Amino acid sequence: MLFSAFDAPAFAAGFAPIAAALAVFLSLIGGVLGRLCAAFPSTPQFDRLAQYITSGLMLISALLANWVLAQVVTGGHAVTVHLADWISVGDFRVEWALRFDVLAAVMVAMVTTVSACVHLYAIGYMAEDTEIPRFMGYLSLFTFFMLMLVTSDNLIQMFFGWEGVGLSSYLLIGFWHQRASANNAAIKAFVVNRIGDLGFLLGIFATVAAFGSTSFDTIFATLPLVADLSLSFLGFSIHAPTLIAFLLFIGAMGKSAQLGLHVWLPDAMEGPTPVSALIHAATMVTAGVFMICRLSPLYELAPSALDFIAVMGVATSLFAAFVALTQNDIKRIVAYSTCSQLGYMFVAVGLQSYSAGMFHLITHAFFKALLFLGAGSVIHALSGEQDIRHMGGLRRHLRYTFPLLVIGNLALCGIFPFAGFFSKDAILEAAYFSHSIVAFPVYLGCMLVAVMTAFYSFRLLFLVFFGSPRPAGSAHGSHDDHPDHGHGHGHGHAAHHPHESPPSMILPLLPLALGAVAGGFLLEPWLLHAVDNFWQNSLVVHDHHQDISMLVKWAPLFAALLGIFLAWLLYIAKPRWPAVIATRLRALYQLSYRKIYVDELYGWLIVRPLERAGGLFWRFVDVRGIDRLGPNGVAGVTAWLGRISLRWQSGLVYHYVIAMVMGLMVALSLQAYGQGDIRHLLAGLLR
Amino acid sequence: MIYPPAVSSAHFAILSALLFALAMAGLFLNRKNLIVMLMCVELMLLAVNLMFVGFSAQWQNLTGQIMAMFVLTVAAAEAAIGLAILVVYFRNRHTIAVDDLNSLQG
Amino acid sequence: MLSPIDFLFYLFAGFTLAAGVGVITARNPVYSVFFLIAAFLNAAALFLLAGAEFLAFILIIVYLGAVAVLFLFVVMMLDINLATVRAGFVRYLPIAAVVGGIFAAQLIIMLLIWQQSETPPTLNALGNSPMNQPNNVYALGRVLYTDYFVAFQTAGIILLIAMIGAIVLTLRPRTGIKTQVISQQVGRLASQTVRLVDLKPGQTPPTTAATTPTEPQEGSA
Repeated sequence: MLFSAFDAPAFAAGFAPIAAALAVFLSLIGGVLGRLCAAFPSTPQFDRLAQYITSGLMLISALLANWVLAQVVTGGHAVTVHLADWISVGDFRVEWALRFDVLAAVMVAMVTTVSACVHLYAIGYMAEDTEIPRFMGYLSLFTFFMLMLVTSDNLIQMFFGWEGVGLSSYLLIGFWHQRASANNAAIKAFVVNRIGDLGFLLGIFATVAAFGSTSFDTIFATLPLVADLSLSFLGFSIHAPTLIAFLLFIGAMGKSAQLGLHVWLPDAMEGPTPVSALIHAATMVTAGVFMICRLSPLYELAPSALDFIAVMGVATSLFAAFVALTQNDIKRIVAYSTCSQLGYMFVAVGLQSYSAGMFHLITHAFFKALLFLGAGSVIHALSGEQDIRHMGGLRRHLRYTFPLLVIGNLALCGIFPFAGFFSKDAILEAAYFSHSIVAFPVYLGCMLVAVMTAFYSFRLLFLVFFGSPRPAGSAHGSHDDHPDHGHGHGHGHAAHHPHESPPSMILPLLPLALGAVAGGFLLEPWLLHAVDNFWQNSLVVHDHHQDISMLVKWAPLFAALLGIFLAWLLYIAKPRWPAVIATRLRALYQLSYRKIYVDELYGWLIVRPLERAGGLFWRFVDVRGIDRLGPNGVAGVTAWLGRISLRWQSGLVYHYVIAMVMGLMVALSLQAYGQGDIRHLLAGLLR
Repeated sequence: MIYPPAVSSAHFAILSALLFALAMAGLFLNRKNLIVMLMCVELMLLAVNLMFVGFSAQWQNLTGQIMAMFVLTVAAAEAAIGLAILVVYFRNRHTIAVDDLNSLQG
Repeated sequence: MLSPIDFLFYLFAGFTLAAGVGVITARNPVYSVFFLIAAFLNAAALFLLAGAEFLAFILIIVYLGAVAVLFLFVVMMLDINLATVRAGFVRYLPIAAVVGGIFAAQLIIMLLIWQQSETPPTLNALGNSPMNQPNNVYALGRVLYTDYFVAFQTAGIILLIAMIGAIVLTLRPRTGIKTQVISQQVGRLASQTVRLVDLKPGQTPPTTAATTPTEPQEGSA
């Protein structure tokens, strides 16, 4: 009788908002507590405490988030938690609210799950570091800001999360602040993100101008009214939804590292590997895709913006895949593959297949986290070695890491039945069937990317795990360039004896590997085809019920197999061919190896002129103008006056006496002059 | 026959002014003699007291006398401190001439 | 024709000014001090004429009895070289005369201007105590201890500070003398000073290593 009083559905309905809020804010609590632990002198106890607090809270958060996701999906309606009013100016209102519709719930579940895995992994990976609490705190804070971003109820709150993610990424990429390269990478990431953020801000302004509100509900409700509205921007009159879509996409380009603003992403691997995993898989880079999905009803009204997004996506994808072909740094290859896969997602959303984009986002999160953490495990095994030319034959030593990395790479390449196959296939099909004018070139580009992806993935696998060990005989120099984590072992010694990572670094990979294996076919019906109205109006879903010919269905798989075959041919069967090809196609090889000279181009086009202009301004305007007239001028005049008045201060007592007497006389004279008629007085005296 | 007194506060004021000017001249005159300079300052304060007392009597108001008393207090304090400084100064320099005393110039 | 009070005023005023001239021109600082005493005495007489009896006595008791004597004390204590002190006296005479003259003229002109604007009554209160009080001391006391109480206390504190300041300035700590350090004496612990030694007959006492620095050596046996 007692138990029948417990009304499970009612309890769930009541508890859902609390759980949702907890899922978001536990990470904040963890972050703050972790950072507080860093305020104390580092002791093993405090380090352990910080690790347990942050990881434990993140685990709870992940469990709650998944439960809330289930509630939202089965409950059939969104859970919204109003926290507080933020801005209230006239009719313009912004509030803090957590909006748990299916889209946000899916993202929160993914972010917290991956983040929990990364937290657990970081315990093992950062074990030798001296600033563990700070690191764990920042990790949690990073997750919190991403959660704020995805659960935001309005664009302003989303911008808060957007900037917070940028800030945390800056802190984490530059975590090893003793290294100049890490600092530079952190600054680069921050600055490039700021450029994108400007677009995002302008997009918010345009949204306010068009809708009078930044709340998503209001925006979606008033969409029909602004469908034909025009806004004046830079003197041009532009279709409002298109303008907003474009400006917001610029923000997304910065955050999601699309071509042009991608330069920060490969450098972001200067941070510790768990950070890279978090940035590349769960947080930060997916924000752009998520934002477009969130505003998909708005983007539906801007077809030209969508075409632009698709073209940018495929261009980024091609570019990144091309660059990844020749890179030698294991993390850099994975980083460029992220860039490439993000291009895929933008292709999907650009071709109005938002569900495919989200689907790929989720599957990608799992296998990319797996890849990064696996790569971190390899680096850990080699005590900081990151150059794949100095690896080889590791499959015998890394018994657990090897299969996990293989799973990750198979998923990345899109081999059936791994997760990547389903999501990538969905995108390629969407491209094939799209009626957009850019659809066909985009489709071809994506196919090419699929081949290249498979090639560089297996190049990595073959070079790292197969063949004979190529210990870094002459490579100690580069070795010291990448002391990826402060490892206690002697470097040279450990490089010759690779050791498998501790269980704390292998176990967190298992759920990720599970997601990479089974996430595809398990989630496909819901995420992609939205059976049972899975997305519940949180996402625009177009029904594609074309007859899919077997050729189209399996073409991506064949493309991937072709890439794998090429990789096998070049790196297993004929290991001398790569060098030959590199010399024959020297220009092409250099183009790829030097990342198409984008960094150099920016340096030449933007950074150096800015630097020179800054130098000129500093030397002429600042030093000779402002400083000379301003601070230095005032100081100089003051000092000059001081020197002059110093002469008055002789230090001789009678000088002061004279000064006082003179002053008294002057005062008396003035008084006499003011008081009465002196001539009259003198006349009176004389009479 | 007893004549009514013709002395007014103006008499006191003029006496005070003369005494003050005299003391000031003394300051200039005894430039080398710190102790006489101090005495001149005492004279100045006395001049001020005379002024206060004269006007106090004229206006039938005791405030002037009170002020004079406070001036006396300050004068006594000033004399004590001044003489103490003088003693220390003499102890260090073996002279009381302030002509060459310019260590005030920081 | 002068009334007696007028006569007394002019007499004392003239003496005061003459004493003032003596103060600033005396060759020897000791004479200066005596002239200063004379000036104060005559000023006290003037105070009496103006009815300020209490102030007059204060001036005599405090100033002549204490301050002037203090001056005398210092002048005689310091071995002043008269030649150096008098140097430049003649040279500074013109400027002193000019400055003093101008200043006096200015002050008097000011007074005349003021006197023109309002004609002051004569000091009809001379010899009487103001404000219908039994006497000047009584009246002054009433005002001082009621309306000016805080200022009066402050004046007292100023005198105290002046005293402490004078002591601090002139105090020379002497070295090489034995003084009692109370804090050390009180802070001594028995455990550090008293020691029980079981001394066999004929045995020499052990060395006195445990004695504190303040403890004389002879106590250890």
